[in-house]
Amino acid sequence: MLEVIDLGCLRGGRKLFGGLSFSLSPRQLLHVQGANGSGKTSLLRIVSGLSRQDAGKVRWYNHDIHDIREEYASGLLYLGHQPAIKDDLTVVENLWVSTRLSGVNPTSDALKSALEVIGLGRHGTLPARVLSQGQRRRLALARLWLSNKKLWILDEPFTSLDTQAIGLVEVRLEDHLSQGGMVILTTHQRPSVSESFLCTLSFDA
Amino acid sequence: MSTMAILRCLLWRDIQLVLRRRSDVVATLFFFVVAVSLFPLGVGADSALLRVIGPGVLWVAALLSAMLSLGRLFVADFSDGTLEQLLLSPVSLTLAVAAKILAHWLVSGLPLVLLAPLLGLQFDLAVRDLWVLAFSLLLGTPLLSLIGAIGAALTLGVRGAGVLIAILVLPLYIPVLIFGSGAVVSSSSGLSPEGVLSLLGALLVMGIVFVPYVVSAALRVALE
Repeated sequence: MLEVIDLGCLRGGRKLFGGLSFSLSPRQLLHVQGANGSGKTSLLRIVSGLSRQDAGKVRWYNHDIHDIREEYASGLLYLGHQPAIKDDLTVVENLWVSTRLSGVNPTSDALKSALEVIGLGRHGTLPARVLSQGQRRRLALARLWLSNKKLWILDEPFTSLDTQAIGLVEVRLEDHLSQGGMVILTTHQRPSVSESFLCTLSFDA
Repeated sequence: MSTMAILRCLLWRDIQLVLRRRSDVVATLFFFVVAVSLFPLGVGADSALLRVIGPGVLWVAALLSAMLSLGRLFVADFSDGTLEQLLLSPVSLTLAVAAKILAHWLVSGLPLVLLAPLLGLQFDLAVRDLWVLAFSLLLGTPLLSLIGAIGAALTLGVRGAGVLIAILVLPLYIPVLIFGSGAVVSSSSGLSPEGVLSLLGALLVMGIVFVPYVVSAALRVALE
């Protein structure tokens, strides 16, 4: 279970948010919404442990995430704005490397079927440099089908995806949640997952 | 999955990336070969003089070409988000940094070690001195990669990083240069190079132990 207690964040001397508290249990998706620049990405980076907060605590099963960094990392999947895709590697190699670096060893069949699902099945051997923006996003999100992580933190996962791909990802999110997973994501439209999983955090006052 | 497997994957990835874009490595090696070869042409065929300046020239050229490749070490991973993923990977960032530095040395340091004895022939160095030269570079070039990594990590995301790395790193390279070329000089003047090489080895051990910590701390700051 993830607990955020009285979190505060300053950016450039200006208070971005303060006194923010929430908790997330298995089978819950937290939809963070707010205007551009309201602090959504900063919140996600703090919760994932990339940035330090200026006040408050983030706890993962009763431990501060910075005290149990490696343990926390082995239960966390974070997808930020940058997709961490290397132009010079092929699509399959990119997916293989990114899953392996996150501590999962995928079989080549698993890689293939993940790419199949996300609609890149025919492009496996192409270098990633020839992919379109939407296809790059799809490749980054293909990791969701190979992940055994408990908590997914997704920053604007639907950017530049078409409606079909958004549908696929939502189905995958729902799967993950019903298996006891947790998700935090930022999007501007409400993700269509079953109401029972969904909670919302709004930065618009 | 074991830590070793993750590190092996990282090593494989870094080497693959360089091999798919070979022109970068070839350019630094070409720089090394040409910079060294200009000296015999410029100074003239005075073999006594060439023997004296040889070790220094070879080492300075190695140092400068090691500098040229430092920019590649973290910048691409920083801008495409790979460093974030490494930071959140279950393997400690310190070990990941060590693997990246090793990969950098294998593709940009090791070739210098192999090329240097060949280039040393232009300076009329004796066979024994060529061996000492290669060995001193074998101990010294990993140090160049290690020290350079500190500079590369500290200047991440800074404008004009290229010049800044040089200013930061070149002074730190001085001990390596002194001991490295000193080993060859003492060998060519008939003394045993063992003492100087041991010092270089000691520096290398220290570098291997401490540098990855320092670099990973610098990367954490850069990613804040």
